[in-house]
Amino acid sequence: MSAKQLTLPLDQEQINGLRAGDRVELTGWMYTARDAAHKRMAESLQVGEELPVELVGQTIYYVGPTPAKPGQVIGSAGPTTSSRMDPYTPALLALGLKGMIGKGSRSETVKQAIVQSQAVYFAAIGGAGALIAKTIRAAEMVAYHDLGTEAIYRLEVERFPVIVINDIAGGDLYQQSQSL
Amino acid sequence: MREVTYEQIVDAVKSLCIEANVELGPDVVAAMREAKEKEKSAVADEVLSQLLQNAEIAASERVPMCQDTGMAVFLVELGQDCHIVGGSLYDAVNEGIRRGYGDGYLRASIVHDPILRKNTGDNTPGIVHVELVVGNACTIHMTAKGFGSENMSCLQMMKPSDGIEAVKAFVVETVRLAGPNACPPVVVGVGLGGNFEMSAYLAKRALFRPIGERNSREDAAELELALLEQINQIGLGPQGMGGRTTALDVHVELYATHIAGLPVAVNINCHASRHKHVTL
Repeated sequence: MSAKQLTLPLDQEQINGLRAGDRVELTGWMYTARDAAHKRMAESLQVGEELPVELVGQTIYYVGPTPAKPGQVIGSAGPTTSSRMDPYTPALLALGLKGMIGKGSRSETVKQAIVQSQAVYFAAIGGAGALIAKTIRAAEMVAYHDLGTEAIYRLEVERFPVIVINDIAGGDLYQQSQSL
Repeated sequence: MREVTYEQIVDAVKSLCIEANVELGPDVVAAMREAKEKEKSAVADEVLSQLLQNAEIAASERVPMCQDTGMAVFLVELGQDCHIVGGSLYDAVNEGIRRGYGDGYLRASIVHDPILRKNTGDNTPGIVHVELVVGNACTIHMTAKGFGSENMSCLQMMKPSDGIEAVKAFVVETVRLAGPNACPPVVVGVGLGGNFEMSAYLAKRALFRPIGERNSREDAAELELALLEQINQIGLGPQGMGGRTTALDVHVELYATHIAGLPVAVNINCHASRHKHVTL
């Protein structure tokens, strides 16, 4: 089963061609954010402040890496459970976010927002933090420095392995595989 | 009275924290290889290959296999003829966590308060259970428990009339609902009996047992195998992407209970199933 090669940021044509179950390798750059960063972004939006990073067309990876050892770009960096971001996600999709990477299923509201925004949700292999770190070429903290492992990083990746879970047509790999 | 020092415990805990996070146990590796042989789904086979590859990278480069290096949970079996000198056992364990998580470049994942939520920065405090046992040894079991799986665990106070079939259905349903969040293939710890907190403790203690090791009571061992089979028929598979391997093993621990009760706790562990122990 060979993987589709895609470049980040994703363009709409690339996203339109993705279907649940596709294996994909991503090359380019993405942002990281998890619970605390999402909460802070949501609070900013509520009071009408700008977000610290421009999310239009971007992909967010839900990860809180381990500290890098000397000589490493980043520590282990596998995905965290995406559903904890569900309450914040529709607002970010409405702002133009196009891709998300995590693990585990999303709420019905998020799945509908994915279809409506013509975006895509990928899963990376949960727990494969050492393997995934090998595909990360650069990591730079860009916002919310005080949050430590939960800060927003900009990552440059090369052939970062993911699987499409939710596509623009409403496809859902987790549901499909459970109904086999 | 044999003596074990504060420093011995600090050193042992430090090593356990690093080892558990860096080296996937041989029992887990063997179970994953065996599972790979049985998988017919290409996605499941690919996921298991990546997990095995991940374990190799982690061990050879001495990096954590998963970024969620967990909340450090300890079960200390303390011989009643063993005397800890030089400081408190709990302080020693926390100092060991502090050094292990710091020196091992492991993620600090603990907040000091569930409401205020400020990271303590050194992954302390851990959770320490002490069991007083016969003898003069001090055995420390450690698990680095990630919360992808911990969050999907469940407890139910069943009634005696519910019976064993309802217990089985609850365990299987808990794993099914956990789905991909718990990072399958999972290891399922089941605590049956006791009271509210005892059943949860038994479920956690079950996770310290090596994969493949059965409960010494024959009927409980049969229950473990029956649950394993039922869980692997759900079809969740590795990472919830379909397949035969939803669980690598099920461990059931039993305790006496009240005439009116049948507490059942299910503590789920992810595929990394980190557990190490040392005897001082």
